[in-house]
Amino acid sequence: MKLHAFLVTMYLLTKSEDWALTNTSTPIIEFKNISLSYDDNEVLKNIDLELEAGKFYTLLGPSGSGKTTILNLISGQLTATHGNILFEGNVINDVPVEKRNMNTVFQDYGLFPNMNVYDNVAFGPSIKGMNKATIKTKVTEMLDLVKLSQFADREINELSGGQRQRVAIARALANDPEILLLDEPLSALDYKLRKDMQSELREIQQRLGITFVFVTHDQEEALAMSDWIFVMNDGVIQQNGSPEDIYDEPINHFVADFIGESNILDGIMKADYLVHFVGKDFENVDAGMRPNERVEVVLRPEDLDLTTVDQAKLIVTIEDQSFRGDYYEITAIDDDGNEWQVQATNKATVGSRLGLTFDPEDIHIMRFNESEDDFDARLESYDDDAAE
Amino acid sequence: MHAWRVMMMMPRSKKQRQLFYLVPYGAWLLLFVIVPLCLLVVQSLMTQNGHFTLNNYAIYFSSGTYLRMTFNSVWFAFLITIITLIISYPTAYFLNQLKQKQFWLLLIILPTWINLLLKTYAFIGLLSKTGSVNTFLNLWGIAPKQLLFSDWSFLLVAAYIEIPFMILPIFNSLAEINPRLEQASRDLGANKWQTLRYVTVPLSMTGVKAGIQAVFIPSLSLFMITRLIGGNRVITLGTAIEEHFLVTQNWHLGSTIGVILIIAMVITMSITRDRVRKHSRKRG
Repeated sequence: MKLHAFLVTMYLLTKSEDWALTNTSTPIIEFKNISLSYDDNEVLKNIDLELEAGKFYTLLGPSGSGKTTILNLISGQLTATHGNILFEGNVINDVPVEKRNMNTVFQDYGLFPNMNVYDNVAFGPSIKGMNKATIKTKVTEMLDLVKLSQFADREINELSGGQRQRVAIARALANDPEILLLDEPLSALDYKLRKDMQSELREIQQRLGITFVFVTHDQEEALAMSDWIFVMNDGVIQQNGSPEDIYDEPINHFVADFIGESNILDGIMKADYLVHFVGKDFENVDAGMRPNERVEVVLRPEDLDLTTVDQAKLIVTIEDQSFRGDYYEITAIDDDGNEWQVQATNKATVGSRLGLTFDPEDIHIMRFNESEDDFDARLESYDDDAAE
Repeated sequence: MHAWRVMMMMPRSKKQRQLFYLVPYGAWLLLFVIVPLCLLVVQSLMTQNGHFTLNNYAIYFSSGTYLRMTFNSVWFAFLITIITLIISYPTAYFLNQLKQKQFWLLLIILPTWINLLLKTYAFIGLLSKTGSVNTFLNLWGIAPKQLLFSDWSFLLVAAYIEIPFMILPIFNSLAEINPRLEQASRDLGANKWQTLRYVTVPLSMTGVKAGIQAVFIPSLSLFMITRLIGGNRVITLGTAIEEHFLVTQNWHLGSTIGVILIIAMVITMSITRDRVRKHSRKRG
C-alpha cells in the first residue's frame, strides 16, 4: 500500500514536471534566422526571437526599422525570404493568414464601412460559423470589454477615432486569438486618449492573459506598457529586455539615444572600475574590458545632480533651461565644450557656473559592436561580483 | 469704361455668384432637356390634327404587338445587362489586381473610341455566311452556319458593345476599396472567397449599380444592332420609335412610346439608385 502511494506520487511528479516543461520551454512564437528582402533591399536581417505566451511584447523602433514587418510575418500577411517561424513549436511558414489563431488591430483600424459596430465585431465569429446566440454573447462581451455596449447599432462613420479604435480591438478579440497583434494602434489618437488607452490595453491584456505584440515608435509608450521590449533598427534587433533593463543598460549608441534622453560621451576604460572621459578619471562599476579600450559612456539626465562648484565632479556653465512641469530641463556646457542635459528639481540661473555630480553606478559603459549575448554575460558577471 | 460696367454687373454676394455660375447649366438643361421632354409629352397627347387625345396611349396599351415589343425590350435589355455583368465583374476584379492596371483598362476602353456603326459592320464581316468564323469552322469540316440574324448574335454584339460601360464603374469602385479591408477580412479568418463575398462585393455595389444603369437603359432602346445583326428578328421599343418617326411618320405614337421608355428608365434609375444606408434593424 505504501509502495503504491509512493509510485502514484512519483508518477504525478513526473507528470507535473512534464507539464511545467511544455509550458515554460515552448515559446508561443519563435523566429529562427528570419530574413526578408524586397529585390535588393534587405528589410529584416537574420532575426531570432522567442515570445512566451501571456506576455505583453513591444517592438520598438523608428519607421523603416522592420518592426511592422515582424508583425506581418507573425500574422502571415508577409512570407519570409528565408528562415522559419514557429507557433507553439510547429513551423507555420506556409499556414495562410486566416488559419492562424491570431488577430490584428491595424493602424488605420480597417473597419468595414458597410457594416455597423455589431456586424464588424461579429465578422470573425460568423465566418467561423458560430450560431447566432453564441455570436451575440461574444459580441456583447467584447463590446463590454471595450466599453462600447451602447454603440452596437452605430455606423462606423458615426464614431470618433477613439471609438473606432475600441471597435477594432473588440473585433480582433472576438475571435479568441492566442496572440493579439497591434500595429501602432494609438498613433492617431490625441495625447490624453492615448494615455487612457495605454493603461486600458494593458488591463485588457492582463485580464485575458493572452500574448500581445505591440508595435510602436513611441519609447514612452513602450516603457509604460510592456513586459518585454525589442528595440529595432535597420532590420536588426538591437536589444531586447525588460523596460527597466533597456532604459538602465542600453547596449549601444542607438538604443541609448532612442530610449529616453541621454548624454553620450566618448571614453576609455583605463582599467576595471576606472573610466576616463571629458579629461578626467571616474570610478565606475564596469569591468572585464581590454585595458584602454575605447568605449561610449552614457549618463541619464535624471541621474545628474547640480551642486556647488567645490563639491563637483565636473564644472559646467548653464546655457539654457526650460520648465517641464515636474522638473527643469537644463542644458549646460562643460569646459571641454561637451553639452550636458540635466533634469533638476530646482531652477538654475542661465550663465552661472555650477557643479555636476553623479554616482559610480550612474555611469553606463557601452562597448563598440558588442553582441547582445556578450552584453548580457557582462552585465550578469557584475551581478555575480556584487553578490560575492 | 466698358470693363468697369461689366464689373459692376457682376454679382457680389457668394450666393449671387453661385446663382450666376448656374446660368449656363440651367440654360442648357432648359433648352436641351426640359423643353424637348415637354414637347415629347405634348406630342404624345395629340392627334395627327393637333387635338388633345389619350388615344395614343390607348392604342399602345391595347395592342398586343406593342406590349410584346415592350416585354422584348425589357427582356433583352435584362439579358444584355446580365451577360455584361457576368463578364465584367470578374474582369474588373482581376484588372484591379494587375500591376499595369491603367494600361489594361485603356485596352478595354479603346473600342469605345471606334464608331458604333463600324463595330457593328465588323461583326457582320465576322459572322456572315462567308465570314471569318464560318471560314474557320470550314477548316474543321463544319458546314457554314447561319450565325447572323439570330437572338444569340444580337446578344453577343450588344454585350460586346456594352462591356466597357459596365467594367469602368465596377473597376473604379473596386479600386477605391482600401486594401486594408481585405487584409482585415483575411486576418479575421475569412478565406479569399469569403472576403470577396462579404467585403469586396458589398463594397463595390455602387459600381455595379452604376454599371447596370449605364448598360440597361441604353439597351432598352437599341435599334441599329437589332436591324443589322438581329435582322429585325428582335424588335424592341427602339425599333418601334424609329419606324414611327422615319417610316410611318406617326410622330405622336412614336412620342408615346418614347414617353413610356423614359418612364421605364426612371423606374430603373430609382431601383438602382444608391441609397444612404440607414440602420434600423432590430436584433432579437
